[in-house]
Amino acid sequence: MDRIKITFPIMPDAKAKIALELNDEPVEVAFAPHKTLLEVLREDLALTGTKHGCELGECGTCAVLVDGRPVLSCLVLGLACAGHRVKTVEGMAEGGRLHPLQDAFAELGAAQCGYCTPAFLLAAEALLAANRRPTRDEIKQALAGNLCRCTGYIKIYEAVELAAARMRGERAVPSEESLYGRR
Amino acid sequence: MAGARDSLRVVGKALRKVDATAKVVGATKFADDVALPRMLYAKLLRSPHPHARILRIDTSRAVALAGVKAVLTGKDLPIPFGILPVSQDEHALALDKVRFVGDPVAAVAAGSEETATAALELIDVTYEALRPVTDAADAVAHPEPRIHDYGDGGNLHKLIDLEFGDVAEGFAEADLVREDLLFFEGSTHLPMEQHAAVADWSPPPDGKLTLWSSTQTPHYVHRALAKVLELSPAKIRVIATPNGGGFGGKSDPFSHEIVVAKLAMLTGRPVKITLTREEVFYCHRGRHPTLMWVKTGVKKDGAITAMHFKSLLDGGGYGSYGVASTYYTGALQTVTYHVPRYKFQGARAFTNKPPCGPKRGHGTPQPRFALEVHIDKIAEQLGMDPAELRLKHLVPPNSLTANWLRIGSMGLGPCIHKVVEGSGWKEKFRKLPPGKGIGLACSSYITGAGLAIYWNPMPHSGVQLKCDRGGGVTVFCGSTEIGQGSDSILAMIVAEVLGVDPFDIAIVTGDTDLTPVDLGSYSSRVTLMTGNAAIQAAERARDIIASHAARKLALPAERLAFAERRVFDVENPARGLTFAEAVQLAEAAEGTVGTVGSYTPPPSPGRYRGAGVGPSPAYSYSACVAEVDVDPATGIVRVPRIFIAHDVGRSINAATVMGQIEGSVYMGLGEALMEEMAYRGNRNVVHKIPSLLEYKSPTTLEMCDVVTYVVEDPDPNGPFGAKECGQGPLLPVPPAVANAVYDAVGVRIDEVPITPEKVFKALRRKAKGEAARYGPTAFPDIVWPEPTRVPPPWEGGDGKAAEGSGGRAKTVKVPV
Amino acid sequence: MLRLPSFNYLQPKTLAEAIAMQVDAGPDGAFVAGGTDLYPNMKRRQQEPKVVISLMGIRELAGWEMRDAGWVVGPCVTLSDLSILPSFRQSYPAVAHAAELVSTPLLRNMGTLGGNLCLDTRCNYYDQTYEWRKAIDFCMKKDGKICWVAPSSPRCWAVSSSDVAPVMMAIGAEFRLVGPKGERVVPAGRLYANDGINYLTKHPAEILAEVRLPAPNGWDAVYLKLRRRSSFDFPVLGVAAWVKWGTGKGEGGSVAEARIVLGGVASQPQEVPTAGATLAGSDLSDEAIAAAADAAYRPAKPLDNTDFDLSWRKQMTRVYVKAALEELRERQR
Repeated sequence: MDRIKITFPIMPDAKAKIALELNDEPVEVAFAPHKTLLEVLREDLALTGTKHGCELGECGTCAVLVDGRPVLSCLVLGLACAGHRVKTVEGMAEGGRLHPLQDAFAELGAAQCGYCTPAFLLAAEALLAANRRPTRDEIKQALAGNLCRCTGYIKIYEAVELAAARMRGERAVPSEESLYGRR
Repeated sequence: MAGARDSLRVVGKALRKVDATAKVVGATKFADDVALPRMLYAKLLRSPHPHARILRIDTSRAVALAGVKAVLTGKDLPIPFGILPVSQDEHALALDKVRFVGDPVAAVAAGSEETATAALELIDVTYEALRPVTDAADAVAHPEPRIHDYGDGGNLHKLIDLEFGDVAEGFAEADLVREDLLFFEGSTHLPMEQHAAVADWSPPPDGKLTLWSSTQTPHYVHRALAKVLELSPAKIRVIATPNGGGFGGKSDPFSHEIVVAKLAMLTGRPVKITLTREEVFYCHRGRHPTLMWVKTGVKKDGAITAMHFKSLLDGGGYGSYGVASTYYTGALQTVTYHVPRYKFQGARAFTNKPPCGPKRGHGTPQPRFALEVHIDKIAEQLGMDPAELRLKHLVPPNSLTANWLRIGSMGLGPCIHKVVEGSGWKEKFRKLPPGKGIGLACSSYITGAGLAIYWNPMPHSGVQLKCDRGGGVTVFCGSTEIGQGSDSILAMIVAEVLGVDPFDIAIVTGDTDLTPVDLGSYSSRVTLMTGNAAIQAAERARDIIASHAARKLALPAERLAFAERRVFDVENPARGLTFAEAVQLAEAAEGTVGTVGSYTPPPSPGRYRGAGVGPSPAYSYSACVAEVDVDPATGIVRVPRIFIAHDVGRSINAATVMGQIEGSVYMGLGEALMEEMAYRGNRNVVHKIPSLLEYKSPTTLEMCDVVTYVVEDPDPNGPFGAKECGQGPLLPVPPAVANAVYDAVGVRIDEVPITPEKVFKALRRKAKGEAARYGPTAFPDIVWPEPTRVPPPWEGGDGKAAEGSGGRAKTVKVPV
Repeated sequence: MLRLPSFNYLQPKTLAEAIAMQVDAGPDGAFVAGGTDLYPNMKRRQQEPKVVISLMGIRELAGWEMRDAGWVVGPCVTLSDLSILPSFRQSYPAVAHAAELVSTPLLRNMGTLGGNLCLDTRCNYYDQTYEWRKAIDFCMKKDGKICWVAPSSPRCWAVSSSDVAPVMMAIGAEFRLVGPKGERVVPAGRLYANDGINYLTKHPAEILAEVRLPAPNGWDAVYLKLRRRSSFDFPVLGVAAWVKWGTGKGEGGSVAEARIVLGGVASQPQEVPTAGATLAGSDLSDEAIAAAADAAYRPAKPLDNTDFDLSWRKQMTRVYVKAALEELRERQR
């Protein structure tokens, strides 16, 4: 086998520059090569909508979409995103209109403190892209990698169901019980 | 007007929160989202020892590291602080001693977080290890070496002994006297947002400090900063950023807040700190692990004749809210079922673990668990249905309890009826197939503490309101949005009174420069207290505006109504002005239209020492039925569904009420089944599992279905009748699950979390014919102080302690 | 925020390049695929490679193909893909199911088959930050001298926590390893050693290049996982059970051969040959299942370094082996 000579950079922290597609726009960004996508988004691109809760892949709070799939941005190296499509919560609303999921989350109070919300929205968006009519159980499975401490998840399920119905073109409204409790 | 309930247009509806859009687009600026030019990053060096003296700290190597701008140690911040005036026992950085693994010892500010982290390794600290105290029983057994040199003796921080009537006499009258021992494990808040703070310093002659922090209590942080930094409060601005979850975990002033402030002052540059998840576990201030002993005498019909309750709290390394927490473990036993004679003995121990404090339900979920399981056992012994027993002996509304708490509205009866009927209780209780069970529990919680943390005669909440000539309204209030929806509550209440849309209202909150004091987002106080203050401010504005509109319309002001952005004649709605026109008339006549409102809770009738904890303007009530599936082969408990009914007085925002109730059930379920602050007692008292992976927070796949009933029994003290809903509904969940496990498999788990191991062990004991139970077996001997004897209201007392009785907890002599 | 230390990140395009890079880097080098195991460990300073070599750009590691009636799967296939692809799922439901039980949907979109098979052993004295480990004076797996789980032990007792590895062993998969000295194909079990530190037998510069699965006929397998929560959590016990049915399948059908492999109870996936042996010739009667469960229970030695009480975990071996075999019996009927 041929021996390949590896040349180590003299300054490992010298910034590396990559190009990627971020929220449907081409972007170039330079950053220290050990930075994760989470850090690059928040610190080098000032997109602070992506949050973090552990930086170890144990909570799902930092989820973003890479090539349409929800992943943990705290464990994706920024460098590994060169040439890929990244979508963050900032890219969900289009033309000044909330995405149906954002709208349903706001309507039902599925965002309480709002900290885990961006990640839930993106995980839900990926679910609905693959499954237009998810059952409650499929929603639970798809969101099982996102922790929320405020809601008990119930308003989140209801918001995903509401948004899914509206995205299918149905005129859906929240149920009376969801907003006011069982009478 | 605030009482005109039939005509409410905003209050009671399920509306979007005013901050909902910002949250769903990721625009909300949390503390870690704040970035300032030239900002430095701070890191804290924390103690690797649970209990040790600091002999020497050498920071020279760290100071010399390229990129390091400043290094701090305890001697740079020598003034102690703490949330309660009686326990000012914390230092921003340990002065001479460390008291738990994770106690902050030194701090570094550097150009990057990486450099600051690297510098920590270069700080050399020499420690002299001391014997650590691992838990409360260990603290009782080992008064020396002391963790603190204050408290009620040895390693006991606080001892309480209160007696309301002669319990011995009550037990003598009883047909059945039952004693139980129970334990409630510690748990933590686990907000998804890790604490973060950014400080900025404008040098003299400004000499002004600004701190952005993820805090529930900017006012108390303001006070602590002024004290420790020796700055005039006028020179400090604390901005509470929206909290990414609080649950009580961000309601103390913290080391990191003081440290970044000091570092900003020293370096002249903005300084940020963002704690790691592990550090959040070290901040803690969560649920006190609590051992409880309860003895109750009852008549054949379940009427309680006397109750004696003892609690022993594992407080961790510092005071925090602990004195209040200890009182809370004894305060609310009396507000659900009538207790004619009541004795409470509470002790809080110092131990070498992260400090405990207020977590959702503050000090009351533990005794509520004990009480509700205890009552379930009593009902069984009496052969009564536990729902019937409870319904028969409810505390009446508008009454006083044995410990002098004033009950206003009391909707527990309707709550019990709702969950009993909704769950099919009567068809299921003790009738389900093996492995399936159903359990009931009830609870109550305060709607705001009746007394401030530092006693003073000033209001607990203040609101300023400004009307713009364009029809907009701005509301300024010191309250803090922690996800509970407090900003929206302010907007909805003001919108209701002024007849405008909640989204016409700008909300400015949690900023000590801009907003009048509100004490903070704790003790479920915000809706009631800021709500009442907002009503007052809005009604004053409405009166001003109405007087000028009335003149213009040539009508008596009483005939005017405010609705749909108009001011109009109630008898001829077509005749009126727009709200903006009416404001312009008022402004032309009187100048800027601005008003204030404030709220102070009514005085409490209890006047004994210790009467400060427990009183509240109003008590919320909850009833819960849990369904469980228990696998006898493994002991694994699953909770498919919970029925919860909550007496909220009146919903301000119905959607928020639902969210708070469901969220409370979630957190209660986590505590019931899996959440646990575990330490390695034999290995340096380290936190066993300070991570989001190993601290088990229920996921979507553990969360149960929730059937919610909102019971509205308006309370005269609440804004539009509203009471709390953010904490109370957590309380009945753990005991309801425990009672359901017994119904399913016939074993009593007298301890939370109810883990499979415990159920499995209890099932084995049952199979062997031993006691079918898992739980604590002994309550340590504690030398209690002389009791403070307070005759209950029905024995002709006046709320004061009897002459010559205890009065104050006296320091117990430490056996040498 | 917890951050990665600085390192050189290399993105080879071929296996040969990757191996050469690792040889060059020596002990400072580490391969990475999905990053869900290595990066958390690096953030906690459990692993401190100076050179990180990503395998994700090597096309031949990311493919699938049918070969000799069985499937050959590249190690860089994500766990999500492994659990979702219908034709694979139909052929190897136990493998797909095990992959689906790993951690969370988010992590499975990143984590790979190879990563799970080479997963670092876990221990709650080890999977902690540098500062935490310092407070207990470290352990022998990193920076220290002692195994806190078994202080008198000469070796590390960190736990094999892969979900997929026990299934691979049970169904008789083979791994193709390519290294500086050429390549070899080994039975799955040969990759592992019962040592928390040296838990893999492969050379550091060897790359798991293929996972070869046996033709999916004549046998059946199941995987059951015990953990606190149905998401996020590693197994505290995994039970992979495999049976090869003899002729006369169905009524009177009997087990020609069986294997039981336990995860989460040792530093490697642990096959219990005695349990498999008790099943041979049986028709998975209650008695045979009870005997096998008992045989599996005895050697399982969980230690106090994962979630749950260790004695309960040991008890659960019996329960889960029984449940796994009952499921196989049920499917046969």
